[in-house]
Amino acid sequence: MTSVDHLLALADDALVAAQRLAEWCTNAHEMEEDVALANIALDQLGVARLLLTYAGELEGEARDEDALAYLRDDREYRNCLLVELPNGDFAVTVAKLLFLSAYQRPLYEKLAAGDDERLAGIAAKAVKESAYHLDHSALWTVRLGDGTAESHRRMQAAVDEVWPYTHELFEGPHADLREGWLSTVDGVLGSATLARPADGWAPTGGREGRHTEELSYLLGEMQVLHRAHPGARW
Amino acid sequence: MVTAYQAAAAVVDPELRVVTVEELGILRDVDIDPTGHVTVTITPTYSGCPAMDVIRADVTKAVQAAGYPDVSVRTVLTPAWTTDAITEAGREKLRAAGIAPPGPAVRLTLTIRCPRCGSPDTEELSHFGATACKALWRCRACAEPFEHVKAL
Repeated sequence: MTSVDHLLALADDALVAAQRLAEWCTNAHEMEEDVALANIALDQLGVARLLLTYAGELEGEARDEDALAYLRDDREYRNCLLVELPNGDFAVTVAKLLFLSAYQRPLYEKLAAGDDERLAGIAAKAVKESAYHLDHSALWTVRLGDGTAESHRRMQAAVDEVWPYTHELFEGPHADLREGWLSTVDGVLGSATLARPADGWAPTGGREGRHTEELSYLLGEMQVLHRAHPGARW
Repeated sequence: MVTAYQAAAAVVDPELRVVTVEELGILRDVDIDPTGHVTVTITPTYSGCPAMDVIRADVTKAVQAAGYPDVSVRTVLTPAWTTDAITEAGREKLRAAGIAPPGPAVRLTLTIRCPRCGSPDTEELSHFGATACKALWRCRACAEPFEHVKAL
C-alpha cells in the first residue's frame, strides 16, 4: 500500500530538483547547457506534478497539485537534503544531478514493476527520461574530471562536498538500491579519474521535514506569487 | 460528415506542427457513449510536456466543431509513449520538415541521417533541444544544424 508520505518524498525530490535546475536557465556557460538543464528540470517537474496530484487524491483532503506545491511550508516538505542544496559552481550541479539520477533511474524501474498501478505508470514514464539525465550528468562528470587540472580539482571538490548527502537517499524503503547505485557511480567516477569519497558524516532529516535553511529561500521564491495571489493562473 | 475520431485525429501537434496527434501516436482512443458524450484519450510524450494543455484544448475544439458539443479529454500514462508509436507517414512529414525522425527505441547506434542532404556524416551537438522530445544535431557534409526527435 502506497503512503502519502512516500509519494510526497518522491514528488518533492523531483519538484525541488526542478526548481534548482531551472535557476540555471539563462545562466549556464553555453546555450546548449541552458537548454539541457531546463529540459531536465521540465522532466522533473512533470513527474512531480503527476505524483503530487496522486498524493493529493490519496490523502483525500481536497488538496490538488498546486495546494501541495505552493501552500506547504518547509516542515511539510519531504524531499531529501541533496536536492535543496544550492547549485554551487557548475561542478556541484553536475555532481548533484549525477547522484540524483543514478538513484532515480533504478528507483523508477523498481516502482514501475510494483503493485501500485498508478505509481507504476508514472514511474514507467519517468524511468526513460531519467536515463537521459544520468547520461548527461555522467558525460559532464567525465569531461570535467578527466579534463584540465583545474576542472579536475573542482569536480573532485564538488563530489566531496555533495557525497555526505547521498546517504539519505537510501534510508527507509529504498536501502536495497545503494549497491547498484554505488556500482553506477563508481563506474562514472573511475572514467572521470575521480576518487570516491570515504563514507562518514551523513546529514539527514529531509524525509521528516527537517531541512537546511536553503529550502526556505527556495520555497520563498517558488511560492511567492501563488501566496500573494491565491488561485492565480497563467 | 467528419467522425469524432477523424476530427480529433486531424489536430496538429502544437510543437511539431507538421504532424497530427494521430501520426505522433499520442491519440489513444475516441469513444462515444449512448448519450453522445465523446471521450478522447491521449498520452503525453514526456511527463513534463508543456504542450498537453494546448492539445487538450485543440482536441476539444476540433471535436466540438465536428458536431459533438459534449467532449472530455482524458490523459493516460500506460503504456508509456514511445517514439516507435510515430507512424510511417508522421516520420516522412518530420523528415520533409527538416526534423530527423527517431530510430527504434531499443537503442542501436544507427547513424542519424541529415534530413536536408541525406548524409550519414552527422554529429550530436546536444542531447536536448528546443522541446523535450528533440535533440540538436549538425551535418558535417552540408554544415546545416538540424533537430532530431530522439528515441524514447
